[in-house]
Amino acid sequence: MSALRALGRAGLSFFERLGRGHIFLLYTLGGLPATLYRWRLLTSQVFALGVLSLVIIAVSGLFVGMVLGLQGYNTLVDFGAEESLGILLALSLVRELGPVVSALLFAGRAGSALTAEIGLMKTTEQLAAMEMMAVDPLHRVVAPRLLAGILAMPLLAAIFSAVGVYGGYFVGVGLLGVDEGAFWSQMQSAVDFHDDILNGVIKSFVFGIAVTWIAVFEGYDTAPTSAGISRATTRTVVNSSLAVLGLDFVLTALMFD
Amino acid sequence: MMHSKWIETIVGAFVALGLGALLVLTLRISNLSLAGFGADSTYEIRAMFDNIGGLKVRSPVKMAGVTVGRVNAIEFDSKSYTAVAIIQIDKQYTQIPTDTGANVYTAGLLGEQYISLAPGGSEEFLKGGDVITDTQSAVVFEQVIGQFLYGKAAESGGDKDSKE
Amino acid sequence: MQNNNQELEPLVRIRDLCFRRGERVIFDHINLSMPRGKITAIMGPSGCGKTTLLRMIGGQLKPLSGSVRVDGQEVTALSRGALMSLRQRMGMLFQSGALLTDLPVFDNVAFPLREHTRLPERMVRDLVLMKLEAVGLRGARDLMPSQLSGGMARRVALARAIALDPMIILYDEPFTGQDPISMGVLLRLIEQMNEALGTTSVIVSHDVREAASISDYIYVLSGGKIIGEGTPVQLDVSDSEWVRQFMDARPDGPVRFHYPARDIAEDLLAGGDE
Repeated sequence: MSALRALGRAGLSFFERLGRGHIFLLYTLGGLPATLYRWRLLTSQVFALGVLSLVIIAVSGLFVGMVLGLQGYNTLVDFGAEESLGILLALSLVRELGPVVSALLFAGRAGSALTAEIGLMKTTEQLAAMEMMAVDPLHRVVAPRLLAGILAMPLLAAIFSAVGVYGGYFVGVGLLGVDEGAFWSQMQSAVDFHDDILNGVIKSFVFGIAVTWIAVFEGYDTAPTSAGISRATTRTVVNSSLAVLGLDFVLTALMFD
Repeated sequence: MMHSKWIETIVGAFVALGLGALLVLTLRISNLSLAGFGADSTYEIRAMFDNIGGLKVRSPVKMAGVTVGRVNAIEFDSKSYTAVAIIQIDKQYTQIPTDTGANVYTAGLLGEQYISLAPGGSEEFLKGGDVITDTQSAVVFEQVIGQFLYGKAAESGGDKDSKE
Repeated sequence: MQNNNQELEPLVRIRDLCFRRGERVIFDHINLSMPRGKITAIMGPSGCGKTTLLRMIGGQLKPLSGSVRVDGQEVTALSRGALMSLRQRMGMLFQSGALLTDLPVFDNVAFPLREHTRLPERMVRDLVLMKLEAVGLRGARDLMPSQLSGGMARRVALARAIALDPMIILYDEPFTGQDPISMGVLLRLIEQMNEALGTTSVIVSHDVREAASISDYIYVLSGGKIIGEGTPVQLDVSDSEWVRQFMDARPDGPVRFHYPARDIAEDLLAGGDE
């Protein structure tokens, strides 16, 4: 009986948080137009979220591309189809790995930092102080961060995919001797701008919204203690990773049916 | 405040890098150069097929293996019970004879389907809105196999008959 | 006529205020008034809801019932916009200072000015330097909050609280954890703000002697009720047991030393059986 009650309570608190998260998002979105006027706030956040994530994204993209090049070559060469390496690389990077892996890395690198920052601001009463100064922290603190995350994510995913393709090119063409012309021409004939590249960008855009939203909400909703911050940071990484993978399935089903 | 100029510069460079990566993906990796046919740079012709098989919107249209256009839409004509493929041809290929034939072929054994144009000998060329009627349907694999099997069966049946 | 009324009415008037958190009753029908231009101290043991009271005056918390009027406006019923414009006329000094840690001292003090006014940057600079001068930290304008001592951080926060020349300043435990020197500095600053600017001040504190030395009127809160009130002199000679325990810092009295528990003998005998 008590197990049933605990289940019910967990369910209720889940819905409560879900509702709070959406109300929070609504209020924050109200602050977006004002953020556009104060682009200094925005640039400093694009710097913190985008530029500082650049190295990990680029290096990961390079290695993922190189591994794909190596594995793909080993598989394709058995069928004498190693020229299709370009297709394999480009499609898997642009459609899936670019948006998904860079969103996961973004959640770990920038999302957790966002949560910790906002959580600490709440714990040290900085958010309450802003409220008392008649400044809405949702507009002043959260909105620029949300917008910066949403803007940075597709750019990071594009960089990831581009670097990955060149990583695979380096391994496939440079080291394993795939024909360069066939590599590029097959890639170009198979990858479609609308179906593949635009859909990839849409995916990473959606992931950017999900990851940044979860990160700022978890930070804002932190229990104001050090244990609370660490819990919130963990939740950000776990929840946004799950959200990214779940959304990826839904989006893939919608786009490539 | 001292650093804000510097940060703005870096952020600007970051955005440029991201957009540049997108541009690389677009131009180097995808087939945008063909997907980018606007209404201005193409003209439209139609082709009636009894069966279009696996042909899809945006499938390539080739002449002698060179992609000259794309399928823009596929409709069903309920009067003649045929499929109408609406094709966008790049303006640079204006000299396609009016008696050109159109076939639906498959790239490789299992590849995607495309329309292949076989030029005729006419002195006149296709204009926007013209219709190609000299078409050959897509090869439906089941039909081919079915015909093959019937043929085999008939052959072996014939053998039996002759022995008896 | 109306002006006259406003003069007579206290700046903050709290009537019949009730609040509880979970099962715990924080306020049980309390009444307070904070007259204009005076320093009012609210004292009481830790956890008696003093900070909660400040948050209600600032409209960050809504009471269960009762009325909180600030400058003739019912805070509990204000729209969001009206509350925001009321808050622009309030300054609050948080216990921790609550400086924005990613901005240097100068930008912290400039923050309310930049958010709420369209003053040119030159004017902002002049104003900020004046406010910093008032708290004696003009030379520290380029430091980051992490480089400040606790007392300095609180002074910067005070400079920020007075940046928009508020009509009322709420001090949340301004003396806690301060060494005697910075305590003296803060005391003098609070008095100065009050005298020079005519600002109404509300101090929430459990540092009895310090708070009593500068305030005009004192409320003593405990267990959700006001157990004593009066001028510092009146409280000094009060013979209420509650007030005496608090003012003289007696460990035991009406406010029990022990958190409610069962009898100790019983507890010890119970051993680990429970």
